[in-house]
Amino acid sequence: MALPSCQQCALRRALCSTTVPTRHCRAAVIRGYLTAAVSLLTKMAELGAGSLLTGDPAFSYQEHELNERLKRLYPAVNEEETPLPRSWSPKDKYSYIGLSQNNLRVHYKGHGKNHKDAASVRATHPIPAACGIYYFEVKIVSKGRDGYMGIGLSAQGVNMNRLPGWDKHSYGYHGDDGHSFCSSGTGQPYGPTFTTGDVIGCCVNLINNTCFYTKNGHSLGNNLMKNDLRPNLYPTVGLQTPGEIVDANFGQQPFVFDIEDYMSEWRAKIHSMIARFPIGERLGDWQSVLQNMVSSYLVHHGYCATAMAFSRATETMIQEDQTSIKNRQRIQKLVLAGRVGEAIDATQQLYPGLLEHNPNLLFMLKCRQFVEMVNGTDSEVRCFSVHSPKSQDSYPGSPNLSPRHGATNAHLHSTGADSPTCSNGVTPTNKNKSHNKYTGVSSASSSPSSSPSSVNYSESNSTDSTKSQPHSATSNQETSDSEMEIEAEHYSNGVTESSARIMNGTYKHQEILQADDSSVGNGVADDSCSSRQLCGGNQAATERMIQFGRELQALSEQLCRQYGKNATHKKMLQDAFSLLAYSDPWNCPVGQQLDPMQREAICSALNSAILESQNLPKQPPLMLALGQATECVQLMARVRSGSCSFARVDNFLH
Amino acid sequence: MMACLLEAPLRISVLSEVTATSRHYVDRLFDPDPQNVLQGVIDMKNAVIGNNKQKANLIVLGAVPRLLYLLQQSSSSLELRTECAVVLGSLAMGTENNIKSLVDCHIIPALLQGLLCSDLIFIEACLRCLRTVFISPVTPVQLLYTDPTVIPHLMSLLSRSRHTKEYITQIFAHCCKTPEHQTVLFNHSAIQNIAPLLISPSDKVRMQALKCFSVLAYENTQVSMTLVNVLVDGEQLSQVFVRMMQRDKPIEMQLTAAKCLTYMCRAGAIRTDDNCIILKTLPCLVRMCSKERLLEERVEGAETLAYLMEPDVELQRIASFTDHLVSMLADYFKYPSSVSAITDIKRLDHDLKHAHELRQAAFKLYASLGSNDEDIRKKITETENMMDRIVSGLSESSIKVRLAAVRCLHSLSRSVQQLRTSFHDHAVWKPLMKLLQNAPDEVLVMASSTLCNLLLEFSPSKEPILDSGVIELLCSLTQSDSPALRVNGIWALMNMAFQADQKVKVEIVRALGTEQLFRLLSDPDTNVLMKTLGLLRNLLSTRPHIDQIMSSHGKQIMQAVTLILEGEHSIEVKEQTLCILANIADGNTAKELIMTNDDMLQKIKYYMGHSNVKLQLAATFCISNLIWNEEDDSP
Repeated sequence: MALPSCQQCALRRALCSTTVPTRHCRAAVIRGYLTAAVSLLTKMAELGAGSLLTGDPAFSYQEHELNERLKRLYPAVNEEETPLPRSWSPKDKYSYIGLSQNNLRVHYKGHGKNHKDAASVRATHPIPAACGIYYFEVKIVSKGRDGYMGIGLSAQGVNMNRLPGWDKHSYGYHGDDGHSFCSSGTGQPYGPTFTTGDVIGCCVNLINNTCFYTKNGHSLGNNLMKNDLRPNLYPTVGLQTPGEIVDANFGQQPFVFDIEDYMSEWRAKIHSMIARFPIGERLGDWQSVLQNMVSSYLVHHGYCATAMAFSRATETMIQEDQTSIKNRQRIQKLVLAGRVGEAIDATQQLYPGLLEHNPNLLFMLKCRQFVEMVNGTDSEVRCFSVHSPKSQDSYPGSPNLSPRHGATNAHLHSTGADSPTCSNGVTPTNKNKSHNKYTGVSSASSSPSSSPSSVNYSESNSTDSTKSQPHSATSNQETSDSEMEIEAEHYSNGVTESSARIMNGTYKHQEILQADDSSVGNGVADDSCSSRQLCGGNQAATERMIQFGRELQALSEQLCRQYGKNATHKKMLQDAFSLLAYSDPWNCPVGQQLDPMQREAICSALNSAILESQNLPKQPPLMLALGQATECVQLMARVRSGSCSFARVDNFLH
Repeated sequence: MMACLLEAPLRISVLSEVTATSRHYVDRLFDPDPQNVLQGVIDMKNAVIGNNKQKANLIVLGAVPRLLYLLQQSSSSLELRTECAVVLGSLAMGTENNIKSLVDCHIIPALLQGLLCSDLIFIEACLRCLRTVFISPVTPVQLLYTDPTVIPHLMSLLSRSRHTKEYITQIFAHCCKTPEHQTVLFNHSAIQNIAPLLISPSDKVRMQALKCFSVLAYENTQVSMTLVNVLVDGEQLSQVFVRMMQRDKPIEMQLTAAKCLTYMCRAGAIRTDDNCIILKTLPCLVRMCSKERLLEERVEGAETLAYLMEPDVELQRIASFTDHLVSMLADYFKYPSSVSAITDIKRLDHDLKHAHELRQAAFKLYASLGSNDEDIRKKITETENMMDRIVSGLSESSIKVRLAAVRCLHSLSRSVQQLRTSFHDHAVWKPLMKLLQNAPDEVLVMASSTLCNLLLEFSPSKEPILDSGVIELLCSLTQSDSPALRVNGIWALMNMAFQADQKVKVEIVRALGTEQLFRLLSDPDTNVLMKTLGLLRNLLSTRPHIDQIMSSHGKQIMQAVTLILEGEHSIEVKEQTLCILANIADGNTAKELIMTNDDMLQKIKYYMGHSNVKLQLAATFCISNLIWNEEDDSP
């Protein structure tokens, strides 16, 4: 089934009669470049190592470990706002302190005659409150002459010619006597003494504002202070006699103490606190509020039948009448199917004046229409195909096939981008038709052998399509309402940014969705990319597209004259037109636009505009509430309420 | 007065009414139409749910034998038999008296017989009822083991359903109380059958399976050694237990998993320096002692921790600085707290019920913590009011608390510093002496052992104890049937005689009597023999004392020495005996007892040529003392 890669490329080149390297080839080239770059970087790192005093080729690996661990331990921390401590600060230290090993090793270089020679160093950044619980460890490499070492915390500006704990706003656990110092020159008996070879940890609990130390992985118990911790404390160590050397571990290595277990206890505590939040007498109120939220959400997105069934079961009222919901549903479906032209027509027909009053929205829609023309999805170009567009599956590569994913997941994006186009455009490789199992849906023709660039996908999809065959036979014309209901679970909302994040499933999740989708009956089982050509490869369609582009340009100029320059419009137009500059628009820097997921934003904007014109809320209350909850949790971090780290909204969305 | 008169007949009428309806339910069980009987049982089921009075009434009216009869009749429909089992299970859910009545009606064999049926629903109903009966403290667990076919049959039913898993493991967990029970279950592959249940999706099944392992492994080397090699889904059992101790798991699960690992460790199946003990089990048990836990959990946590670290000084050191354990335990003595006494009767009741248990658990844990390390002992005695608490604990009414308190005191009495300071300051010897007057053997052993330490030469308590007539008491201990008490008694006397006044020595010899002394010299317990020899040696020190004692008891002592030297004894015993001989040789007049005894001189000569260096030395020491002259001594 899978052709050798070079053969694939050859085949493709022959088919497309183009000399531009295909994506497949390019990937190989890029891989080559990357390998070269990595080896070069490694060499550079080795060369630079001398100056870094490490001589450690595993440094970048360690850096990677650090990032992974910090992300796992403190998922709620936004490092752009509040960076985490990663090393000692070469600036924020007393002169008797020397740093080495990437600013992780601290040694004493003063005289060490008496306490006046004490010296401290702070970490580069204070502990962000969004950590909830923060932890770092220090290994005593050598206790030096007397082992007068202090490990703890201090605020910005506390005198560095001292050990942590002696002064106000500083806290420390001292090795020589095992005492704990809390902003005072006299310590309290706290734990055992520590010396060479010991690993001392310091844990800050920003939920109950306490702190405790550990020795060799054993918790020494809560410190005497309670609710006394100042905000913005820095990890700090202090040394006082010659020969004292300590190494910090801010997450570069696994911790000796099982901090994750400690965190899990607090996570469980906070979750049970939320679960047991008393609502007392208002139980009834809560229920009706929740029911209204669900109902309004369903109505907003036009899941008409579900909304009706829900309102019947819960005896809630629906403000909007059914026809209106169905109209919106129809328009949304058109947009999501990429048939933007039809959507514009329908809107103008059903809601006269709406688009005239919203020139920005109209412009956005038209831009999208242009993009869909490039895609070969819009009816204005599709009508040139031999088959009636109506007979095609109405959701080619609809967003539910490829739910949104964070920009970080490039791999998923590329697969998502693969899926849409193929299903719609008229494939020139008609000879494959004989292999195709859906004889009625010619556009979906994509036998595995004809899809060289993504053998794996087509393979898996071909099995999918077998399963979905009975459905696809019935799912022509306008998708029935009930079908919409089922699909709705997957793509849906896309209203606020937060919702997008919420919808992001894991990779596995997506696979499940895909399987679901095909069984639902979209029959979009054709991810083959061989058929992907500008406007479906039809000459007339291309001409129509170019003409439409000119009209769009004219509209833009008109709007410019009328309302003044609009940078967003300009960018939008530029991006859309840029697609034509590439021989393979789907694999170009602006190819992202062709992703069917991009339809969601415009779809929800149009939906909101319609609702607003009907004097209905443009956002469903459920999404507002979610957004508010997310904001609140972020706000908690800013006002230093540590529990925010264990009360994240996405923990409660499944 | 009026009210009283009115009320009495009213109550009677209500009662008779209730009895009448109850009787109706029972009567229907005897209906000739089986369909009516079934309906009657179903109605009865609905009537008894949550109604203890109704349950008691039905039992009094004899419903149980009839239900059991119906349950056992193979002519009854399965539905009827199942409903009968359900009603019986419901009756068992009532008071302890209900359970007693059910057991008296031989419900257990009847239900066990029912398990042979092939119908799963019926089996589950029988198991549910059996479970309820067996977890009651009034049911003799032995009933599970009387028929040897029961355990294998239960094992075979184990995997039938989620419910059979839960009920059967729960029965095992409650009915495994002795090493014999452990062996029976072990021999019927309990471990292999139950281990997979530890990863069951049901919380209840997991929990009961875990409990089974904790009771199976307790003080059982065979089980523990097997457990370490068991794999559950490719994972070592100890790692499964470690996961169950994670802090977000239910407390009961954490605690029980920690118990399993503790028992495995104590049985030698897991090393004490294994990370799963040092970094997981120990901290988990320390957490169980914290104030946030329920009183029951704190008791179990402290007892288990005490047991875990008893033999290992490193674990004791780690525990002593983990989470301020030593001061955390001080809180165990604050129940019932004065605040709760005023505000909340229910709370007070709860506190009172657990107060003894808490105190004894804390004493046990302190005892374990302080058994080896001097610094830890110091830390314990410096805990708020610690010595006062021990002193009052020694005279508490609860025997468990007294025993634990004296164990704690014993552990601390190993510290020279504490003997010299806090022990004397708090006059701990007083309650200790009182405790020794009248106590069961296990307390006596601990108390006398503590007394041994208090009677050490450098202990300032020695004098007052001597004055309180301790010698008679110790002498009576040496006549005890328990070897441990005999050792402690003679040991204490030995300590007392060390560098003692002539008066004390004479008193000891008098009180003990030479007859008893010689009886002890032929004691079957080597420890007793050694300490008795030690006592003799201590008595026979400094020249005047030697001469005096030998002049009065010389003959017997020489006889005893001869006997031991001629007997089959260990090197240590013989060495000790030769040392006594050396002491005798040091006397002025006593020396003659050896010099005039040719046989004895031959013996000394023999030991001088013995292959063992220790014995050679002791014999040489003897000779050296013999040839030493008073005259030479004072030139």
